Amino acid sequence: MAETILRMYGIQKYFPGVHALDNAQLEVREGEVMALIGENGAGKSTLMKILTGVYTKDEGTIELFGEKVEINGPHDAQSKGISIVHQELNLMQDLTVAENIFIGREPMKGLFVDKAEQNRMTEELLQSLHLNISAKTQVKRLTVAKQQMVEIAKALSYNNTKVLIMDEPSAALTESEIEDLFTFIRRLKATGVGIVYISHRMDELKQITDRITVMRDGQYVDTVETAATSIDQVVQMMVGRVIYEEPKTQSAVPADAPVVLEAEHLVSDDVKDVSFQLRKGEILGFAGLMGAGRTETARLVCGADKRESGVIKVNGKEVNIRSPRDAVEAGIGYLSEDRKRFGLCLGLSVADNTAMASLDKLSGPVFVNDRKITEESLKYAEAVRTKTPSVRTLVRSLSGGNQQKVVLSKWLLRDCDILIFDEPTRGIDVGAKSEIYKLMNQLAAEGKSIIMISSELPELLRMSDRVIVMCEGRVTGEMDIAEATQENIMTYATKREVG
Amino acid sequence: MKMEKLGTKKFDLQKLLAPAVLVLLYIVFAIFGNKFFTLDTLKNILEASYYIGFMAFGVTFIIITGGIDLSLGTVMMCSALLGAYVFKVHNWPLILALALTIFVGVGFGFINGTLVARLKLPPFIATLGTQMMSMGLGSIITKVQSQTWPTATAEVGAWFKKVFIRADLFGVKGFPVGALWLFGFFIIASLILHKTKFGRYTYAIGSNEEAARLSGINVDSWKVAVYTLSGFFIGMAGIFYAAAYTTITPGTGNGLEMNGITGVIIGGTSMSGGSGTMVGTLIGVFIMSVLKTGLSACGLQAPWQTFLTGAVVIGAVLLDKARTNAANRVKKV
Repeated sequence: MAETILRMYGIQKYFPGVHALDNAQLEVREGEVMALIGENGAGKSTLMKILTGVYTKDEGTIELFGEKVEINGPHDAQSKGISIVHQELNLMQDLTVAENIFIGREPMKGLFVDKAEQNRMTEELLQSLHLNISAKTQVKRLTVAKQQMVEIAKALSYNNTKVLIMDEPSAALTESEIEDLFTFIRRLKATGVGIVYISHRMDELKQITDRITVMRDGQYVDTVETAATSIDQVVQMMVGRVIYEEPKTQSAVPADAPVVLEAEHLVSDDVKDVSFQLRKGEILGFAGLMGAGRTETARLVCGADKRESGVIKVNGKEVNIRSPRDAVEAGIGYLSEDRKRFGLCLGLSVADNTAMASLDKLSGPVFVNDRKITEESLKYAEAVRTKTPSVRTLVRSLSGGNQQKVVLSKWLLRDCDILIFDEPTRGIDVGAKSEIYKLMNQLAAEGKSIIMISSELPELLRMSDRVIVMCEGRVTGEMDIAEATQENIMTYATKREVG
Repeated sequence: MKMEKLGTKKFDLQKLLAPAVLVLLYIVFAIFGNKFFTLDTLKNILEASYYIGFMAFGVTFIIITGGIDLSLGTVMMCSALLGAYVFKVHNWPLILALALTIFVGVGFGFINGTLVARLKLPPFIATLGTQMMSMGLGSIITKVQSQTWPTATAEVGAWFKKVFIRADLFGVKGFPVGALWLFGFFIIASLILHKTKFGRYTYAIGSNEEAARLSGINVDSWKVAVYTLSGFFIGMAGIFYAAAYTTITPGTGNGLEMNGITGVIIGGTSMSGGSGTMVGTLIGVFIMSVLKTGLSACGLQAPWQTFLTGAVVIGAVLLDKARTNAANRVKKV
């Protein structure tokens, strides 16, 4: 049996208020591809950040070739033979392949970079990896797949790489490029490098990995042989048996409730022909993995991005939404997953943020009516139970949950009947979470219609009346809450278009 | 949890810093300066504030949106130059010449706004371009000839100085009329900034442009409006520069924008946008002119004034940085 290169066990990591890793473990053998999988937030990237020295572990052991080691920072990880290829490429587009690979450690000839030597070393490296790329090519002239391989070559050029971590390497690749990548990975295996392969794509695991380690909620679940396991079994392990919230068992919306929002064949760069209907008083869940196109769809509906084609109807009437202003006028309010970037003016007060979308009706002919702004924002702050010392307090100083409520107040004051909650509980503590849930249910009961995008399946199952599942920009499944389970959502969420 | 209705105005030492500096400077110069503590000097200080003040009022709006305008000084000169040109060379009535002066400011403001908001140029680059264009335009039209506005004893338009600089008013000989204009427009600018929708959007855009856009605010149009309004104030600045200095030389004005911008920054408006007050700007402007007048009263001439103004700019921006850091470290409720 191949020698074990890396062993991590009993890894504990705490962040303020979060137990991020609880007894996580991972083992990688020589020349094997070990898949590391789990839902978003399962702790994969935290574990990898500990391995590459970005975070320090609070407890636990890391062994390289049976020897206990401590990893002090990214540089130390590199010198111990641990390299990572990130999902986002970190290459400098205008530099050549050789310049990218040897950046920061260029071979020198006196005061100057020895370009000839640098190119020679690069050619040698690329040849050893059977890569048909010229060292002198500008990186931006390469396909994304080739760039990825340059990135991998760079990781391997630190002469002693023993463990190579690949974080969703196929995410940006086309079908045929993925084949190239896999061929490349197989060659790499033959040299004895151990590979940790992080991916959300179930079908890939079967093709390229030898074993699979599953994580869930920061904990180690199991490690299995790929050949002896079915995709269904893996999904089951990812989702787990633990259910945190009482799931909704049936839709609270009558079947004849009017359709308030209808999207037909929405198309943009990341959204491929998405259609759906939202009924009055309904909470419509959007499930899917990261990058499935859910946020992108929401941004088309609320006018934040331009759609290439497709029709949006509100209350049966077609509305031409070309800007957020059009969407707001049609009564669509968007609560972004990134409140600080897209939702709030942090340096302004609760009142100013609440009134921001409604100043037209809170102004006289010349001046704004500050008394009315204060009254109205106070009214909504009380309605959604925002905890703030006063409505003149700057939003910057509120907690995440309360900031979320300010954004909500803004749309309620604007009289938006269609609310899009994008990851409404991300970065919010448990207590505030259940309060947001309560509010959403209350709003739906009052006749508002809600789209809820969430990556947390228990949350979707608890809140939604109906669930739409997306994968790679397409709707791959739609089901009533009565038939939705974590398992069948996961199956649809990983259903890739074949070909 | 019960909330108070309005929230207490917290006593804020930061807000008192600029007024304190102003008073302190005045006292220091009164002690060390030659004949500084006189009514005449006070008039000089006021008169040195007019054009800087109008520039600063205008650019306050721009800086609060997170932008900058480097064309302030040259646009002001260009407007004053062209106003004098049509008055002297083409014998326009003075009132129309003044209207043209304002129009030139508004026009360049509109161009700046369009470049920044619609064509998405960085404000720094866009206004650096219009800085040079406005300087060139003035020289081209006047064929590089200096132009003069009417003096107080001129045959035509002698009212110019009386209306804008000083007149015998309220039984006072040489009453600084300009101060009335300055304070009048200070109140107007304050009301626009603090009490209108236009002002609210100005803050919102500077605080988080994308959030403002997603709230349904037509950010691009409002930004054009902000630069255009600022252009109006720059045209006003042109009139007061003309009233104070009478003769306008083509190819100048470069560098004067720093007087306006520095006033705004000293007054507590953040270069990163989203915060600032008009009263702060007014105080900042007075600090600048007290500094100018005071330094010459101490016998320090122009090179020293320039040097120290530069130091004040750096000091003010460092202060701004410290303020921003403090704001980011704020404790969560």
